[in-house]
Amino acid sequence: MKSMIIRTLFMMGALFALAANPAHAKIELNINKGNVTPLPIAITDFLAKDAIGKQISDVVAADLKRSGLFAPIDSKAFIEKITNPSAVPRFEDWRTINAQALVTGQVVKEADGRLRAEFRLWDTVAGQQMMGQQYFTQPENYRRVAHIIADAIYEKITGEKGYFDTRVVFVAESGPKNARKRQLAIMDQDGYNVRSITNSNDIVLTPRFSPNHQEITYMSFEGNQPRVYLLQLETGQREVVGNFPGMTFSPRFSPDGQRVIMSLEEGGNANIFTMDLRSRTTTRLTSTAAIDTSPSYSPDGKRVTFESDRGGSQQIYVMNSDGSGQSRISHGDGSYSTPVWSPRGDLIAFTKQAGGKFSIGVMKPDGSGERILTTNFHNEGPTWAPNGRVIMFFRQNAGEAGPRLYSIDLSGYNEQQIPTPAFASDPAWSPLLD
Amino acid sequence: MSHISSLSAHGMQKLARNPVLIATFMALSLAGCASKKGLPNNANELGLGANGVNGANATPGSSQDFTVNVGDRIFFDTDSTQIRADAQQTLDRQAQWLAKYPNYKITVEGHADERGTREYNLALGARRANATRDYLVSRGVPAARLKTISYGKERPVATCDDISCWSQNRRAVTVLGGAGS
Repeated sequence: MKSMIIRTLFMMGALFALAANPAHAKIELNINKGNVTPLPIAITDFLAKDAIGKQISDVVAADLKRSGLFAPIDSKAFIEKITNPSAVPRFEDWRTINAQALVTGQVVKEADGRLRAEFRLWDTVAGQQMMGQQYFTQPENYRRVAHIIADAIYEKITGEKGYFDTRVVFVAESGPKNARKRQLAIMDQDGYNVRSITNSNDIVLTPRFSPNHQEITYMSFEGNQPRVYLLQLETGQREVVGNFPGMTFSPRFSPDGQRVIMSLEEGGNANIFTMDLRSRTTTRLTSTAAIDTSPSYSPDGKRVTFESDRGGSQQIYVMNSDGSGQSRISHGDGSYSTPVWSPRGDLIAFTKQAGGKFSIGVMKPDGSGERILTTNFHNEGPTWAPNGRVIMFFRQNAGEAGPRLYSIDLSGYNEQQIPTPAFASDPAWSPLLD
Repeated sequence: MSHISSLSAHGMQKLARNPVLIATFMALSLAGCASKKGLPNNANELGLGANGVNGANATPGSSQDFTVNVGDRIFFDTDSTQIRADAQQTLDRQAQWLAKYPNYKITVEGHADERGTREYNLALGARRANATRDYLVSRGVPAARLKTISYGKERPVATCDDISCWSQNRRAVTVLGGAGS
């Protein structure tokens, strides 16, 4: 397999604060209010000798716009033309076009071939610089630098971590519905840089990132033995997880990356097990004559949410990570499945089936506060952005030949399709790459 | 955009169809005709046409004989693993045929329709395969000849988005030889 995978630590230089002395800024964007009015922001083309400057600032603008929290202003409206990105801009010119924030920058090719990308974020209302940073990278990584800059701006203005410098692993689906070919693929969160990481006619499903985003755990039907695998992204090395007598499926890592939690099917029942990746010991967590599956750890690793039909229909349960204290938390109409604990710990996202429709929703870990974000013919399989603010899932519309990926804000607003080359399902969001 | 073209070119490779699949597709077209539930005969829609399949011409003891004259699959109600009365008749015929031709190993494939989530359907398909195996064993097929595998909702045979197709996809298929554990 080609080493198409994650290149670690390409960021050669650290980041430097550029004369940043932000007295307190006036910009405020309270993103916990529900439907937010996006913040008008002017993102100028980064100065450069070639197209790379504009390419980077375009990616920054696209990231911020897609978040739904920012409204980049059309550059045709700009009054001041930035000729020196380090000089204090004419704030009045930017206030006139209603830009509350301004981004300037430049990209310089260093003698050693690396790019130096630097930017400044200005508060046009307070008339001061909010931040300034620079990064060094290889030219082919320009999109990552742009995502890192977008994350820095997002965090500075919203007060929450960004999620743009991330990837998504998913199942790429092609061919007719009754002879579907499935491969695992990875892409940047904005749909760029798609590459497949498996290529066989075996069915592959439910890929999930390890916490250090270097490994994927997934299920494959290789050799007609449906089992859970581990895949090292850097080397392409694969191994079966555990030596179980039946089908293993629905894997996920523990937050410390030391264990894989999954379901084992025996005689038609499915129960939840863990395997310690160092000691190779396996531990049984549930023991029911039912289907217990889709386990997902809380971010502190102390609890696990999962689905079970032990009560007659699929419902969401929570237990301690040693299997004790299993209790049902979903109590609404319909059935609930694929629970996933938020990286913030405060919510569990799920798929809900009711009235012939499939919804994506969230509830608190005690089952209270259920909120449906989106309902359609078929929505399934939520995954959280690492900041716990955005949920990605897959949707198949009635009459369409295959599913597509969508994202939606936790508020239920800003639903968007993620562009993928072919049909796509089972997305799993990576942590921030850093 | 180059990042798009590379993957779709990859994905367009055709699946090689193996003989087992072709045999099950032929059987489906017959099951569609014979259904008492008023299902549309959508074999042509599925591109699986019944051309050339004639049970009378099948060599006795061949896999064609099994799929066409005996019936290789049974269907389930939504979310159910109960073996229905019509399915019992099919499985009884299967057990008789398998007693007559004792050299075949058998894999029971369990399947679900697409109106459920992926992980649950993998388990549901396994339950259906197990229920089917248990029934065959109760009719005298030695357990040692039988394996099971679940494909969840990943291998539908009928592709429309309504109940006429979903009811064909909720199935257990008895495959001579075949995969599984």
